[in-house]
Amino acid sequence: MIIQFSQLVIGAVDLIAAFLFMYGLKRMSSPVTAGSGIYVAGIGMLVAVLASFLYALDVEPAARPFLEINIGLALCALVIGGGVSWWGGKTVAMTAMPQMVAIYNGMGGGAAAAIAGVELFGAKTTGPTQLAVTLLGALIGAISLSGSIIAWAKLDEILRTPLRFRGQQAFNALVLVATVAVGGYIVFVLQTGTAPLLSMPHLIELFFACALLFGILMTMPIGGADMPVVISIYNAATGLAVGLEGFVLENPALMIAGMVVGAAGLLLTLLMARAMNRSVSNILFTNFGTVVKQTQGDIKGSLKPAAAADAAIAMRYASSVIVVPGYGLAAAQAQTKLYDFVKLLTAAGVSVKFAVHPVAGRMPGQMDVLLAEAGVPYDMIYQLDDINEDFEDTEVSLVIGANDVVNPEARTEKTSPIYGMPILNADRAKHVYVIKRGQGKGYAGIVNPLFYEENCNMVYGDAAAVLAEMIEAVRGLTKAAA
Amino acid sequence: MNFTIHITGFVAIYIFMLAAFAGWVIIGRVPAILHTPLMSGSNFVHGIVVVGGLFALLNASTRQEQVIGFFAVLLGAGNVAGGYAVTGRMLAMFKPSVKAGAVHNIASPTNTTKG
Repeated sequence: MIIQFSQLVIGAVDLIAAFLFMYGLKRMSSPVTAGSGIYVAGIGMLVAVLASFLYALDVEPAARPFLEINIGLALCALVIGGGVSWWGGKTVAMTAMPQMVAIYNGMGGGAAAAIAGVELFGAKTTGPTQLAVTLLGALIGAISLSGSIIAWAKLDEILRTPLRFRGQQAFNALVLVATVAVGGYIVFVLQTGTAPLLSMPHLIELFFACALLFGILMTMPIGGADMPVVISIYNAATGLAVGLEGFVLENPALMIAGMVVGAAGLLLTLLMARAMNRSVSNILFTNFGTVVKQTQGDIKGSLKPAAAADAAIAMRYASSVIVVPGYGLAAAQAQTKLYDFVKLLTAAGVSVKFAVHPVAGRMPGQMDVLLAEAGVPYDMIYQLDDINEDFEDTEVSLVIGANDVVNPEARTEKTSPIYGMPILNADRAKHVYVIKRGQGKGYAGIVNPLFYEENCNMVYGDAAAVLAEMIEAVRGLTKAAA
Repeated sequence: MNFTIHITGFVAIYIFMLAAFAGWVIIGRVPAILHTPLMSGSNFVHGIVVVGGLFALLNASTRQEQVIGFFAVLLGAGNVAGGYAVTGRMLAMFKPSVKAGAVHNIASPTNTTKG
């Protein structure tokens, strides 16, 4: 009776949770409702976790003597894992967000792989389909775990240089084939009852070792600039692994949530790759950013430095300004200063918009988050397609810490590594100011002819310092007038 | 009444197909401005794996299963808590303009969370 009741409660709660996850994700699809979306999904998660303790009423006979210890272990794991992550998530700087998402995603993949581990080592799964699905989920989860850790290390700049060697693709393929072969052999041995070459636990350990190794090998050669897409792929992969383990455990909530994230993550990956003008297979299987050595066409014109104050006053008397922020702005932690400056301009009657390139920042959409953090209302932020035609009618475009995303070579220069990438038409405004640390090149390592254009002036210096000067200049002007 | 859930063969494939389609459609309309929070939000949702981890740990009957099950719950809980904290922080920052031309004089609150 009590067991039936607990099954009823678990079934109903998981159903509610699955609904709340989808409804929450739907609400997250608009800035107006997004804040409540994560709250809705959070309630689903909370009730699902609480209800899962009802599993304790109906455990396998073999596990009954251990039940009290297991409940204690579960509570410890929830408190430690949840507490440490909660603290990390609450304190991490917004600029470090991509690597944080990578770590949390790796944890999810690791959890899915660990569930498969319990099933396999405990010989709980029977039947070829169940076994194959368990192993497939384990493979994907383990790849997602080790791959995400490498992605985190790369984004955190612990690993600086991509590891590349001759015949790497072939070697990686070999490791993957070996992993699948070991998995196939495990199914074969368990189904036919033949004596295995290694003992079964060793075979399972070998399988996990190969899968983890493949995740590392696959991620090592990919350059830091492509990491966001890689994290997105691993996010989708973890979802898939969770869905597959949900099938093994016959838990529809896991199946639905996992598969929803798998599909959503895949779509998100494709959107990101498209924004970067790269195909997903290109990112995974070719070595971008190795050595970009190509002859560049002669650049006409010269770099024309301008004083920050002069640029500020020119913008103060312009009718319209479009700001193009890039990662350099975030690196200098100058978003708040930028918005202070923009507020001064709008107070003076200048129409100001922010133009955000899809790959500004290190993760698509990251620049939007960083601007939002500084208090910029989202209706001042425009995406590439919505604003690109406005540049022609704009008096000043102000480029801060961005480079490749405003490089006009992407439109014309076929030999350029960024040829074909959609760019912001900052060069088409009547005047362009570029705030830049020095004369260095962008992420792709190429010179930007925009900086040499007739209508472009360079304001050299740290973005935060330059913006402080600009604010002073405009304030001084107001004081003088008063 | 029997409330045990059994999912086999085609039923599983139906669930997977519909869920995948739902995920694709739900995300398809998301503006680029929300891509990062959304990746983080979907990352939070697959934290449901912690429920599977709890099931595995509660049914563990050997030392080895207990250790692996413990890690399943530990990692799953990390996925859930971290995903929620990070997504919530990001989404709390999205605010619309203060309405009706009053924008200029109101120093809008900058909720900068220093990291």
